[in-house]
Parts: sequence; C-alpha cells; structure tokens
Amino acid sequence: MQKHRISIWFFIGLLLTVYGVLIFGAGIYELSHPQEHPVQMAQYHAGIWWGVLLFVMGLFYTIKFRPKKEQ
Amino acid sequence: MNEITNSLAAGATAVATPASSTLVHLSPVDMAVIAIYFMMVLGIGWYLKRFAKTGEGFFMAGREMTAWIAGLSFLAANLGSLELMGWAAATYQYGILATHWYWIGAIPAMLFLGLVMMPFYYICKTHSVPGYLHLRYNNATRVLSGVTFAFMTVLTSGINMYAMALVMKVVLGWDINFSIWVSSITVAIYVVLGGLLSAIFNEVLQFMLIWLGALLIPILGLIQAGGWSGMVAKIHENFPAQDYTHLWSGLGHFNTNPMGINWVGIVVGLGLVISPGYWMTNFLVVQRVLTAKDLRSAQSAPIIGAGFKMMIPIIVILPGLLGLALLHPHLLPEQVAIKTGGNSYNEVLPLLMGRYLGPGLLGLGITALVAGFMSGMAGNVSAFATVWTYDIYRPLIRKQASDEHYVSVGRWWTFLGVLISIGTAYLVMQFNSIMDYVQALFSWFVAPMLGTVLLGMFWKRTTGPGGFWGLLLGTLSSIGLWAWVKIVPSALAIVALSPDAKPLAQDMFQALWSFIVTVIVTVAVSLGTKAKPESELVGLVRGCTVIPVEHGIPWFKKPLFWGTVVFVVFIILNIIFW
Repeated sequence: MQKHRISIWFFIGLLLTVYGVLIFGAGIYELSHPQEHPVQMAQYHAGIWWGVLLFVMGLFYTIKFRPKKEQ
Repeated sequence: MNEITNSLAAGATAVATPASSTLVHLSPVDMAVIAIYFMMVLGIGWYLKRFAKTGEGFFMAGREMTAWIAGLSFLAANLGSLELMGWAAATYQYGILATHWYWIGAIPAMLFLGLVMMPFYYICKTHSVPGYLHLRYNNATRVLSGVTFAFMTVLTSGINMYAMALVMKVVLGWDINFSIWVSSITVAIYVVLGGLLSAIFNEVLQFMLIWLGALLIPILGLIQAGGWSGMVAKIHENFPAQDYTHLWSGLGHFNTNPMGINWVGIVVGLGLVISPGYWMTNFLVVQRVLTAKDLRSAQSAPIIGAGFKMMIPIIVILPGLLGLALLHPHLLPEQVAIKTGGNSYNEVLPLLMGRYLGPGLLGLGITALVAGFMSGMAGNVSAFATVWTYDIYRPLIRKQASDEHYVSVGRWWTFLGVLISIGTAYLVMQFNSIMDYVQALFSWFVAPMLGTVLLGMFWKRTTGPGGFWGLLLGTLSSIGLWAWVKIVPSALAIVALSPDAKPLAQDMFQALWSFIVTVIVTVAVSLGTKAKPESELVGLVRGCTVIPVEHGIPWFKKPLFWGTVVFVVFIILNIIFW
C-alpha cells in the first residue's frame, strides 16, 4: 500500500510562517528601538512588510497543503 | 552553468584575504533564521526516509514528481555555491553581458531538452544519462561517461564547498572547518536518509528561500537608484568609458566590450555548444526531470525551469548593476583590492546585503547563500550516487544483486561522495593551483558528451564504437587544447581565433572544437562499423520511436504552448536590452 506523503509546499509554508513572525517581530523591535547605525533605506521598514509577506505566504501554503487524514 | 560559476569561484575564493573584520554582522534573530533552516532540511530528510527504501524510491524519487516540483528542482540543482555571489561579481566586472549565461546560455537548450529530447530519455526509462548511452551505444561508452561524470561531480562539489567556506569566513567570520563540516554533513544526512526525493524536496525549499532572501536587495536598490533609468544613468556617470548596460550592441568585436568576447563566441560557443552540453546531457540536472510522473510532466519541467531561469537575473545581475551605480568607492579587481585594502568585485553582494538588510532579513539573505550551496551539493551527491551505483558498481563490480543491496550501496556512496568532496576541499586548501585543473574538468567533458548524445538520439546510423571513440577523442582534444594554452599562453589567439580574446573566450571555442572533433570521429567510425538493427533502437532514437500523443489535452496545458511563450519572452527580453 502506498504511503501518503505530505506535500513539500506544506513544509515551505511552515518555514515561511515562522520566518514571517521572526522578521516581522525584528522589524517592530527596530521601530521602537532604532539602531545606532541603521541600514540604508531603513525608512521603508522593509523588515515589517517583508515579514508580513512571508507570514501570509506561509500561512496560505500551510493551510492549503496541510496533511489530511487518510480515508 | 556550473563551469562558468566555477571559473568565477576562483575569483571569489581569492576573497580569502587576511581580512581584519567581517563584511556583515549577524544579530541573534539572524542566527535563529539560519538555525531553523538547518533544522527544517534535516527534518524533511528524516520524514522522507520511509519513502526511500527501494531503488526507484531512493535513486529516482519513485518517478512521481509533478512538473512544478521536477522543474524547480531541475533549476535549483544547477545553483552552485557561488551562484548569487559569483554572478553578481561577474556583473560588476562585465556588466549586463553576464546575463547571456542566463538567457541565450540556458533558455534555448532547456526548451530543446523539454520539447525534443525528453521523450527519448523518458520513454527508455533510463535512470541516468550514462544509462541512456548504454542502451543506445554500448557498455564501454556508459562506463567512460559514468567515470568522468562521477569524477567531475565529487571534485567540483569539493571545490564549491571550499569556496563557500572561504566566503563565509570573509563575510561572517565563520571558521572554514566549521562551514565545511556543518553544511556538507547536513547535506549528507538528508540525502542518505531520503535519497533523491529528499534532495528534490529540499531543492524546492531552497529555491524559494533563495528568491525570498535575495529579492529585497534589487527592490530597495532600485528605489534608491531612482528606478532602472536612474540606475543606468548613474552607471554611465560612474564609468563613462565602458558600456555595461547593453547585451548585444558591444559584441561586434573582442575589444568593444568588457568581457573580451565577440558574438560568435556567445552564440555558437555558449548558445549552441556549452549551454546545450550542460542542460541537455548533464545528468545532475537531467536526473531531476527523469523523476516526473508522466511524459507531459517531464516535458513541462524544463520549460517551467526555463521560465524561472529567465527571471534569475533579477536577483543576480541586477545587484551587480546596482553595485556599479551605487557603491562608492568603486570595487576593485581582486589583486588590486588585496594590495590596497579596498573591497573587491567579489564582495558586491555581501556589501549590498550589509547596506540594505536589517536584523532578520540579513539572516534570510545569508540563508539564501547557504541554500544555494546546499542545493548544488545535494544535486552533485545524489547524481554521483546514482551513476556510481548503476553505471560503475553494477556493470563492473557486482552485476547481479538485490534491489536492497543497490540501495545500500547508494546510501554508502552518497556518504562517501560527501567525504571525498570534503577531502577535495582540504586538498585545495593546501594546494590552491589544483583548483585551476579541477575547474577545467567541466569544460573538458560537456561538449563531447553533447556530440555523443545528439548523434545517438537523432541519427540511427551511429554505432557503439562510433559513440565510444567520438566521446573519448573529443574529450582528449578538449584536454589537449586546454593544456596547449596552459603551456603556451599565446596559443589562445589560435584557439579563440583572435589575439584580443580573453580567457573566458577560451572556454567557448575549446568547447566548439572538441564538439566538432566528437562529431567527426563518431560519424567516421560509425560509417566504418556495423549499425544496430532498428528494432534495438526503439524508444532511443528519433525515427525509430513513436512518441505517445495525449488526446483531449487543452492547448494551454501543452508543453509546446508554454515552450513557445517562454521563447517569445526570451526574444523580447534580448531586443529590449540589446
């Protein structure tokens, strides 16, 4: 009998979700505690919106490709 | 194009100057991002080990991959350790000309593989390209190509490993031994556990991370430069004497472009020989497509790969151009940088990372670099294990054994392949000149293989002895030309047809001549020897094989439609950036 295999997109979704939380969190922390020598273009707060993007993508893949119970 | 990336690796490895400080500094959140990545790839290997218990499961991922998975893995396996850094550095040095290695140096060959060649590879159910040569020619041709491929694969893998460890030392201050052992043993564990399936799954994950980790640099860079036109204006302002922003208009002569090559070298050498040799016959990438679940998926996979390949310049070439526009003081050739203490071309990407990526994002960017290395290495070791087991061990050492035995051999040789690569890395560390020789290996074998495979697949008169002698003499001629230029540097003017040619042009023309030798020898010997009966060529040769046609498939799901779309976009892009 062939075993059911979890989709790679589920693993990618999990990883991106965790990364989204971490990077968004780091972006928010940076907003409240500005660095002494910030990176260039720091005024765009790339960490915040890139973190949100990763989180949304990750959540989408995690839910869409989540393992389903075998019949 | 590994052979080009490898030659760039030579420059990147020179980054190992006695740097007093690192280029970027990681925060705890960056370290967490990297650590989670390592845990995830190991976890995937652990999970997939239950699906890799048979030969088909371990070596061919069960032949049940979708077109998307096979296509993304096909592309990711090509990404070497220094893909991002090497080509960004090449762009800083040569300008937009580096894009040729992504467009004309990849797209036509990938489309030809998918639309024309894939049916033959797929229908004969071979497990490898040397396996195809066995079916089409004879055992000698298989063993010759298998041994050269296995040799080339582990040595190239070792060189890339060493180069990557040096880059990590300069960029992050990591110990070379730590980088070599942690990254390569991680790859060994997940490939030994889950075989090709694990390599492919992780390659898709790594492909996503490479994009998401590297894409912010061109986005933020273009905003700062004032868009594409602002960036081009700044490059012209910074370097008024050079044309860094046109793909074709400077290729009329060797001395009218920064690369020292002309359009013949790019079109014929790169587009018609080296690129097809790599994308159509290198088992490292073809193996991924052979895992597709059906013929249509196998044909679609290289086309999907071609679509994404065309976009990679966004994360590789654009950062190099942004470096030309925005970085002050200007970056220097490696030797000058060592003498003056400045930054070299090879540091363009880490410098941009440090410039734009804050906490967390920097960790993601470094993860993209590490993922590039690991996907390339996993590609090397999984292909090496398959060729060793099926094309060397089985025909030469143990012809009859159980499936379990060959899986066990595959697992052991995956691990040993990694150890040999590590050994190569340490050997290069002791004797740096070895790198020149190993990097040349790739160009020795690729072009002759192309001649052998194409003649076998498209001319039914080709014979076993013809294939063997063509491959052998083509390879020897390539080595001979390389050695001639090495001993007598002025011979480059003869090999590359111009005294103005630079070393990069040597690769192109050396490949062209060895391809021609292979074709001439194969045709001559074949005409003098007895051809195989057509009944033995079914499923292997065009004209003797009926290609299955799927009926009722809508036009938008046909590989030919998407292949045409990709080709039209490829033409338009070349015209836009002419």
